[in-house]
Amino acid sequence: MQIYLPIAEASVNAFLLLGLGGIVGILSGMFGVGGGFLMTPLLFFIGIPPAVAVATEANQIVASSFSGVLAHLRRKTVDLKMGVVLLIGGLAGAALGVRLFNILKQMGQVDLLVTLCYVVFLGIIGGLMFIESLRAIMRSRSPNTPPKRKKHNWIHALPFKTKFRTSGLYISVIPPLVVGVVVGILAAIMGVGGGFIMVPAMIYLLGMPTKVVVGTSLFQIIFVTGFTTLLHATTNFTVDMALAVLLLIGGVVGAQIGTRIGLKLKAEQLRILLAIMVLGVCGKLAMDLLLQPAELYSLGKGGH
Amino acid sequence: MLRILIVLLALTAPAFGEEVVAGLSQNRVAITANFDGSEILVFGAVKRDAPAPVTGEMHVIVTVSGPSKPVTVRRKEHRYGIWMNTDSVVVDAAPSFYSIATSAPLADILLDTEDLRHRISIPRAIRLVGAPDDISDAASFTEALIRIKTKKDLYQLKPETVIMDEETLFKTQIALPANLTEGAYITRIFLTRNGQVVDAYETTIAVQKVGLERWLYNLAHEKPLIYGILSLVIAIAAGWGASAVFRYLRP
Repeated sequence: MQIYLPIAEASVNAFLLLGLGGIVGILSGMFGVGGGFLMTPLLFFIGIPPAVAVATEANQIVASSFSGVLAHLRRKTVDLKMGVVLLIGGLAGAALGVRLFNILKQMGQVDLLVTLCYVVFLGIIGGLMFIESLRAIMRSRSPNTPPKRKKHNWIHALPFKTKFRTSGLYISVIPPLVVGVVVGILAAIMGVGGGFIMVPAMIYLLGMPTKVVVGTSLFQIIFVTGFTTLLHATTNFTVDMALAVLLLIGGVVGAQIGTRIGLKLKAEQLRILLAIMVLGVCGKLAMDLLLQPAELYSLGKGGH
Repeated sequence: MLRILIVLLALTAPAFGEEVVAGLSQNRVAITANFDGSEILVFGAVKRDAPAPVTGEMHVIVTVSGPSKPVTVRRKEHRYGIWMNTDSVVVDAAPSFYSIATSAPLADILLDTEDLRHRISIPRAIRLVGAPDDISDAASFTEALIRIKTKKDLYQLKPETVIMDEETLFKTQIALPANLTEGAYITRIFLTRNGQVVDAYETTIAVQKVGLERWLYNLAHEKPLIYGILSLVIAIAAGWGASAVFRYLRP
């Protein structure tokens, strides 16, 4: 069934959009990532103009994250205090990021920068997570080795310490704030919620338990992407409600299923799957940069 | 409008006394939510005061052109080991859609000078005033534009799709694809003999979003804040709804 999207001005198959929304929703619920880093390139691929894809994707992420976070709230796997701290940093970072994005736009080459950002960050994060979770799985297979103790590093020496009860942490508020700002900046430049950066940062930098990380990340993503949606709708008029509705019907259902799958898997397995997915997207984007494209030319709107 | 009329009047005083009379199956295309393209029948006849001249065959060219807008064409080059956009050319006006149907191969029925005057063929329908000084091969940019648009079915060259009867009656089907943009689509019909344009006829097809499509588009542009908030409300409601349904299904 073909459907004409009023803002994107393109005609696409409604079931294709429902399916895409569903798959990305499942991943979103499982890993606590918004799924924007997967969905946005997919939307480009089926012929949605990039500006519309980025803006509408933000709107869809709000829905799937909200759906996911409700499931996590009931299981008490959301650290609200940590989420708020991250959110304060995140909004500040997003405002900074939008400004940076506009400066780069004036200099040209913003597309290249976005792709490079994706390749570098996805590559580093995916690689580190993959190695780490592989080690964790190896450890759990050989029960003779004693479990590693939580190590104390420089993060624990910072001031303004506070208790994050749900996460079982007693750390300074500075690291979560900094993580929030960095993720906010990157999210604005790359046009995504930032979950795929946030999740590893919470696990490895802040030392939060994986089960809490997913819900907390989703909680923070709702607000950042909601803010982004409003910004796009009022300045660029690029949010396509028809597209968003189709994607989010699939997305919210997928997110519920994903959350249940996520609870059945072990933390290490969850992490290694996310790592493989992140590395896959990274590889695809790197290939696009390195291999000669079939069509060297591309069309853009407007001029001068 | 007046200028078009004068041009048309000048054109309708032909040497051979042959005029085109034409009609369309519809002069309005409504883009609804389930719009997936539209077929338009263009038909007509040649009106003559005297018997048809014996020299040369009569041919018909039908063009449909969407609204013209400037387009930036960018080219990738291999720099620092990766493929990145380097040169770009701004094409001053390129129609969003262009279809050309003819009764015989275009080169056989239209002289280049006539093409230049009436801007009939696809390369002539695109206007490039001047490329930047540092780009020597501006033509390859317009070629790329045509190639990309043709691949998306937005530029169509369909020779020998106009059916002609007795050098008098003609008809053709123009397929408008699903990825249309709004605007006035100018439809032109040319009669040619010996490569010369004998007569021309012009009309417009209004392509417009209607119903829900129209409402959403207007809301998004006229009240963007309300539109944005509405989008968020829908998103939150859908997220909550799915959560509630799943909890009900599996308590």
